[in-house]
Amino acid sequence: MLRVESISKTFNPGTINEKKALCGVSLHLAPGDFVTVIGGNGAGKSTLLNAVAGTWPVDDGRILIDNVDVTGLPDFRRAKYIGRVFQDPMMGTAANMQLVENLALALRRGKTRTLRWGVTKAESEQYRERLAQLGLGLEDRLTVRVGLLSGGQRQAVTLLMASLMQPKLLLLDEHTAALDPKTAAKVLEISDQIVSENNLTTLMVTHNMKDAIRHGNRLIMLHEGRIVLDISGEEKKNMTVPQLLEMFHTVSGSDDANDKMLLS
Amino acid sequence: MLEYFASLNGAALLRACPGGIAQGLIWGIMALGVYMTFRMLDLADLTVDGSFATGGAACVMLIANGWNPELALLIAFLTGLVAGAVTGLLHTKLGIPAILAGILTQISLYSINLNIMGKANQAINVNATVLRITSNANLLWRTIVIVAVCCVALISVLYWYLGTEHGSALRATGSNGAMSRALGINTDTMKIVGLALGNGLVALSGGMLSQYQGFADVNMGRGAIVIGLAAVIIGEVLAEAIIGKRLNFWLRLLFVVIGSIVYYLVYVFVLWLKFPANDMKLLTAIVVAIFLAVPYLQKMRKSSFHHAGVRARAQQKGGDR
Ligand SMILES: Nc1ncnc2c1ncn2[C@@H]1O[C@H](COP(=O)(O)OP(=O)(O)OP(=O)(O)O)[C@@H](O)[C@H]1O
Ligand SMILES: [Mg+2]
Repeated sequence: MLRVESISKTFNPGTINEKKALCGVSLHLAPGDFVTVIGGNGAGKSTLLNAVAGTWPVDDGRILIDNVDVTGLPDFRRAKYIGRVFQDPMMGTAANMQLVENLALALRRGKTRTLRWGVTKAESEQYRERLAQLGLGLEDRLTVRVGLLSGGQRQAVTLLMASLMQPKLLLLDEHTAALDPKTAAKVLEISDQIVSENNLTTLMVTHNMKDAIRHGNRLIMLHEGRIVLDISGEEKKNMTVPQLLEMFHTVSGSDDANDKMLLS
Repeated sequence: MLEYFASLNGAALLRACPGGIAQGLIWGIMALGVYMTFRMLDLADLTVDGSFATGGAACVMLIANGWNPELALLIAFLTGLVAGAVTGLLHTKLGIPAILAGILTQISLYSINLNIMGKANQAINVNATVLRITSNANLLWRTIVIVAVCCVALISVLYWYLGTEHGSALRATGSNGAMSRALGINTDTMKIVGLALGNGLVALSGGMLSQYQGFADVNMGRGAIVIGLAAVIIGEVLAEAIIGKRLNFWLRLLFVVIGSIVYYLVYVFVLWLKFPANDMKLLTAIVVAIFLAVPYLQKMRKSSFHHAGVRARAQQKGGDR
């Protein structure tokens, strides 16, 4: 479903701030793969997801989604293939538009915006049902301004928005990091539900090793712009947090793992 | 003091009101354009000071060349579209900050407007043309009705457009660019479209004003952005106070025009009080600054470092005792 072929990205090349964020990363995802991504701060996790989403062009390499070469397409042209949830709950929704308007925008992801009315009656019904499935009581608040919802609610809505129009690829970048533990767990549960219901091919970045092991069918670890660990199947299922930390230490060559990595 | 009050003439104020309403309605269309960029796209667009005069200049020169005044207004609208699109291109394709892009277009328009008119101002030969929009006292009420109908029609078109898929995408662009792109919206295109439409309205308004006052002047748009903002803000405050929760989007747009009318009635009133006309722009700027500051100051009243400091000192004293 996703083929990333030795992509590289250097920020601020030729300056004192030069930073090789991705160094020839290759990654293949089969349809339905749910891959969790871990790594220390600055390892290149967000950069990898941004490269796939097309936030900026990569310096080298190719990116194919469902056999379509998207390397030369900017983010809004790749949007029809990709559903995204950002770390910041404010990023995924338009605060001063209504809940129903946000969903309607998402239903038309990647489609030409015409001069037909922005929200139809029939789709409002559909939204009500889908919102009810989230179990957050949002189904009766279709006309509320999204800015009035809590961070967790907004993140759940963003997840729903990402999946309304079935994406070929779902990108989740620490989408629960800004939430309190209870809300984070709820949003993760919703993520699992949405991914399995729609059989979505997913890349999920997390700092929580326990979550990284528990969710998905495959786990990769990034370090200094390279994939240093790629496990799946039984090997991943039987992985424990101490083992994973051990591996992290080995690749990073330091004992004091990044604070955030210890959160698990 | 007594002398001053005695010199004020109530009848003169009444006589001046219809003119205030007419001007308010005409500038209301300009305020709708500002609403489009300032509220929908969240851009402070300074192109308008130039495009307003461009609309007026184009309109006057076309009429001088025998064009039908209504057709001239349509062309005025088109000139605004182009001006706005230029600002949009400077901003999105050349990476110039929106405010600066607007200023650049505005300054270029000053030269362009002089070129259109050949000199700093041009009058319409009122005897040779039948104008439907005119400050002629006998036809003033008819003018008011015509412009009011135009306003309602434009509000309805804007309401419809902003409710469509395309218009929703434009509003989304102003509300959250990153989200919009993730949903496949070309935010650059949307900004260009919004700036073009906004300036189209502004230039249309400039064309109408030139017909109303019978001439166009290169400086007729000076400070237009501030008047537009004043109308938008006055409208919002009034709408909030009068309609409150039941405010829908159509009424919001209507109140932009109402805000403009109120602005011009206040303008007429302040002039009637013998406030020097030269100081009106200063007064307007102060009023707009105050209204723009209100939301911020309200927030500061609820939580500011100053108050936190006062509370901390009070607690400290309580603790010492
Ligand atoms: N737009 C950018 N401009 C310049 N440098 C950047 C940019 N984005 C990322 N970087 C740099 O690239 C490196 C990788 O950053 P990235 O955001 O991918 O890390 P990450 O693995 O997501 O870390 P975190 O866990 O902190 O989110 C960092 O050194 C970062 O400073
Ligand atoms: Mg990151």
